[in-house]
Amino acid sequence: MTQYILRRLLYSLPLLMGVNILTFVLFFVINSPDDMARMQLGQKHVTEQSIANWKQQHGYDVPLLWNNQALGEEQITHTIFYQKSVGLFLFRFGVSDSGRNIGADIKERALPSLAVALPTLLVGLFVNICFALLMVLFRNSYLEQAGIVLCVVMMSISSLFYIIGGQFFIGKVLRLVPISGYDDGFSAIKFMILPVLIGVFSGIGSGVRWYRTLFLEEVEKDYVRTARAKGLTETQTLFRHVLPNAMIPILTGVVVVLPLLFMGSLIMESFFSIPGLGSYTIDAINSQDFAIVRAMVFLGSVLYVIGLLLTDISYTLVDPRVRLS
Amino acid sequence: MYSFKVCVLAKIVALLFGAVFYSCSSSASSQLNNPYSEDEGTQSVLYESFSERPKHFDPAVAYSSNEYAFIAQIYEPPFQYHYLKRPYQVVPLTATRMPEVIYLNQNGEKLTQDVKDSDIAFTDYVIEIQSDIRYQPHPALATNTQGEYEYHQLRKDLSEADKITLPLQTLNDFKNNGSRELIAEDYVYQIKRLAHPKMQSPIAEIMKNYIVGFDNFAKQVSDRPKTAIRNLPITGVTALSRYQYCIRIKGKYPQFIYWLAMPFFSPMPWEADVFYEQPGLADKNITLDWFPLGTGPYLMAENNPNRRMTLLKNPLFHHETYPTEGEAEDKQKGLLVDAGKQLPFIDKVVFMLEKETIPYWTKFLQGYYDASGIASDSFDQAIQFTGSGGVALTPSMLEKGIQLQTSVTTSSFYMGFNMLDATVGGETEQARKLRQAIAIAVDYEEYISIFMNGRGVAAQGVLPPGIYGFDEKEGINPYIYDWLDGRAQRKKIEAAKQLLSDAGYANGIDPKTKEALILYFDTTSTSVDDRPRMNWYRKQFEKLGIKLVIRATDYNRFQEKMRTGNAQLFVWGWNADYPDPENFFFLLYGANSKVQHGGENAANYHNPEFDRLFEQMRNMDNSEQRYQIIQQMQELVRHDAPWIFGFHPKNFSLFHGWYKNLKPNLMANNQLKYTRIDTAERAEQRQQWNLPVFWPLLLGCAVFILLLVPAINAYRRRVRETRL
Repeated sequence: MTQYILRRLLYSLPLLMGVNILTFVLFFVINSPDDMARMQLGQKHVTEQSIANWKQQHGYDVPLLWNNQALGEEQITHTIFYQKSVGLFLFRFGVSDSGRNIGADIKERALPSLAVALPTLLVGLFVNICFALLMVLFRNSYLEQAGIVLCVVMMSISSLFYIIGGQFFIGKVLRLVPISGYDDGFSAIKFMILPVLIGVFSGIGSGVRWYRTLFLEEVEKDYVRTARAKGLTETQTLFRHVLPNAMIPILTGVVVVLPLLFMGSLIMESFFSIPGLGSYTIDAINSQDFAIVRAMVFLGSVLYVIGLLLTDISYTLVDPRVRLS
Repeated sequence: MYSFKVCVLAKIVALLFGAVFYSCSSSASSQLNNPYSEDEGTQSVLYESFSERPKHFDPAVAYSSNEYAFIAQIYEPPFQYHYLKRPYQVVPLTATRMPEVIYLNQNGEKLTQDVKDSDIAFTDYVIEIQSDIRYQPHPALATNTQGEYEYHQLRKDLSEADKITLPLQTLNDFKNNGSRELIAEDYVYQIKRLAHPKMQSPIAEIMKNYIVGFDNFAKQVSDRPKTAIRNLPITGVTALSRYQYCIRIKGKYPQFIYWLAMPFFSPMPWEADVFYEQPGLADKNITLDWFPLGTGPYLMAENNPNRRMTLLKNPLFHHETYPTEGEAEDKQKGLLVDAGKQLPFIDKVVFMLEKETIPYWTKFLQGYYDASGIASDSFDQAIQFTGSGGVALTPSMLEKGIQLQTSVTTSSFYMGFNMLDATVGGETEQARKLRQAIAIAVDYEEYISIFMNGRGVAAQGVLPPGIYGFDEKEGINPYIYDWLDGRAQRKKIEAAKQLLSDAGYANGIDPKTKEALILYFDTTSTSVDDRPRMNWYRKQFEKLGIKLVIRATDYNRFQEKMRTGNAQLFVWGWNADYPDPENFFFLLYGANSKVQHGGENAANYHNPEFDRLFEQMRNMDNSEQRYQIIQQMQELVRHDAPWIFGFHPKNFSLFHGWYKNLKPNLMANNQLKYTRIDTAERAEQRQQWNLPVFWPLLLGCAVFILLLVPAINAYRRRVRETRL
C-alpha cells in the first residue's frame, strides 16, 4: 500500500503543476500586473511612477513566463511565473498583494471553517442516513411517497432561504442564539448551533434522496433476502447488512470532501460572520490579489488529491475485496 | 457490551450539553443571543462593525475611509478639525498653536504676509508640538535597565523565551512594553517615510510637487531599506529643536494646512520600523501595517481583520479635553454637556466584521451594535417621509429611542462627457447644446428618489454643500433649472428638445446616419442588480430620441478606456480630501487631463479661461475676491457642461439613545474620542429587548412527542408486516 500511496503522490505533482499553470494563464489573460497595481493602489492620485514602484515592490516588474533580457537559466527563473510558483510546492505561500502573510491567514481561517463544516457533515450524515433508512423501511407506502415529495420540496428551496429564515425565526423572533458571530474555544458553540442546524436542514432533501437510492439498490439483493430468511427483523437487516454494504458509495462521497471542509462555505460564512476560508478566495478575486488566488487554488487542488487518495484507502477498510496495487 | 456503549453515548451527549450550556451561560443568562462572550464589567465599551477588511494601518499608506476609521483614533497629526465648529476649522492637536507661516523669496529671504503670490518662492510651516506627549505602550519602545531596546535584535528563530510568549502569534506575546516622549524628529521621520519609494505612499507623487527636497530624497533612498532613512537629511523638512520642526514647501499652497490634519503627517518613532523590519515578524503578520504605534487616545489591542478588531484606551494619552465652544445651537442640543472633560470617554471599542446587512441590522435592533447605517432593504422600516418632504424615524424606531443623523456628504457624483470625443466633446456650439440637452433630460431628482431612497441632493455645480464657495440660495444651474415657487425646478423636456434641435439633432436624429443618435455609456456596473439603473439611464436618453448603448465592462478595462480616451459617457465621483474648493475644481483643470497628463480630470475638459481662474483661485485665502472667482468658475463649467452634475449623497445614520455627543463631522475621522455611551441604559434596554422566547420550542417538542407515538406504532406494524 505504501508504494501505491507514494506513486499516487508522485502522480499528483504534474497535476498540481498543470493546475498552477492554468491558474496563472487564466489570471494574467484577464489582468496585467498594471491592472493589479491600480486595483491595490486605489483610485486617487495613482501615477505611472507609483504603479512602477508597486510592481517592483511586489515582484511583478519581470516578464510573465520568459525573460529575454536575462541569460541562461535566469531566462526562466527571472519571471513572475517561476518566482511565484516555486514556493507553493514547499507550502510557502508568501505575502498577499495587500501585504499579509498568506500562510498565517490560512492557518487562522481554516479552523473556523472546519468548526462549522465538520459538525454539519457529521450530523447531516447521521440524520440523512437515519431518514433514508426509515424511508427504505417504509418503502412502497404512502409514508415513503410523502417523504419523497417532502425531500423534493426541501431540495427545491434555495439555501439562502434557509439561512435567512433560520436567522429570522431562531435568532430574531425566538432570540435563542446569536444571529451571527464567532468566538474561540467553547464559546464558539453558541455561534455554531444556528449555522450547523441550517446546514443540516438545508441538506436533508438531497441527502436523504441520495442515500435512499443507495440503500434501495442493496435492499433487493440476494444476501438481504437470505438475511430476512434467517429470521432477522427488517431493522436488523438494514443496520447489519444493508448499511455496511452501502458504505462504499457513501464513503466515496464523504471521504473525498473531508479535506475540502477546510476550504469552508462562502454563503454560510458570510451570513454568519464566521472568519473562515470560504470568502478568502472570492475576496481575493474581487481585489485581484493574485498571490492569494494562486495559493488557494493550489491548496484546493492538494486537498482534493488527498481526498481522492483517502477515498481509495478507505475502500480497503470497508471492503476486504478491494486491494490497492 | 451494550451497556458500555450506552454509557459512552450518554457521556458524549452529556459532554455536548455541558459544552452548549457553558457556551450559552458565558453570556448574560437572560440574553442567549448575546454575540459577545466577554464581560464588560464596569468598562464603557462601544460596539461597531466593519464590512470590508482594511488593507493598511500604516499612516503613510492608508487612505480609505475604512482605514481611517481605525488609524485616526491611534495616530495624531499636528492638527485636527474642530469637532463642533462650522464651517470646518483646523485647530491644533499635538501642536501648541497653529503653524507659523513664513513666505520666502527665491533667495530664501523672509517676505511680508501681504506680498504678491507671484513673489513667493517658498513657504515655511514652523510647527511647535506640545511636550510630555507619550507614545502608547509598545514592545518596539521597551528598554532594559541599561536603556537598550529589548526587542530590536530578535534572533531569527524568535526564541527569546524569557521575553516572548511562545509560539509568537501576535504583538501581545511580547511580554514587555515601553514608551517614550513624542519629539519633533518623529514628524520629520514620517515625512521621510512618505518619500521612500518602498512605502508606496499614495500622496508621494503629490508631495513631490510641494515639499522641497522630497523628490531628491526619494531618489536618494530608493535602493535603501526603510530603516536607513533615519539619519539621512531631507532638505525641506528639519527638526529645529526637540519640539519644533519646519516644513518648507514650494511657492504658496494654503491647502497644505489640511494635509497636516491628515494621518499621513502623523509622527512615527524610528524604533517602529527597526522593530517591525526584523526577520520572522512579517511571517506572523506582525507588521507596522497591522499593529500601529501612535500617541492617540486609543491603541490597537486586537487586530483580526477576519473577525474582530479592538481598540483600548491608551493609558498614556496626553491631556486633551472636550471642546468648550461650538455652534450656537450646540449647547441646546446637549453637545456641550461634557465641555472641558478629559478625553476619551470610552474605554474600549470593539469592531466586528459583518458582511451581510440582515444580521447587522438585526443586531443593531437588538442593541448589540450602538450605531448603524441604513441599507435599502431596511430603509422603509426605519424612515418615513413627512408631509413637507422631510424625513423622520418610524414609530418603531422612536419607540426604541433611536436617533437619526443626516448629513450631506462632501462628495460629488457626476456623469462626465469625454471632451475629446468627436460627438459629445469639443468646444463647438453644437456639442455644447447637445450636452446641455442631455443634462436637462437626465433627471437626477428621479434617480435619487428611485435608487437612493431620497438620500441625496441634486447637484447644481461642482461644489458640494459645506465647501467654501457653495451658494445654496442663488447657486442654481440656470442652464438646467429654473427658479420657480421658491425652489429650483428642472427645465421641461421641451427645452432640452429645442437645444437638441439647435445642436442639429432634431428629435434625436443624427443627420449623418438619418437614424437615432447613438451614444455610448461606459460603466463597471455589470451585475444583475445594476440592470434597473442602466435601464433608467437608457430611458432618460430616450426622452430625447437618443439611443444609449451601455458598454458594461470590468474595472480594469474601464480604467484603460478612460486613460486612452475611448469612453464617451461615464459616471465618476469624488470625495473631498479637505474642505476647500481647490480639491473639486482641480478635477476640471486642463493640466490634470486624464488622457494627456494622467491626472484626475476624467472629462479631459480644457478651457483656458477656467484654467486661468483656477490658477488664480487655488492659492488664495478665503475672501470675497476668491468667492467671486469661484462663482465665475462655476458659471463657466455650467455653461460648457463637461459634466452632468449628478448628486451629493446624503448620509443617514442611526444611533441608539445611549449614544451621546453626536454631531456629524465629515472631515474629522477621530470622532471616537468625543463619543460617550450611557452603559447603564444600554444594559437595561438590551435586557428588555432580548428575552428569549421558549414557548414555540416547547410546543415543537410536545408536537414531536405526540407524533412519536403513532410513528412508533407504524414502525412496529411495519416490522411485523415485513417479518411475515
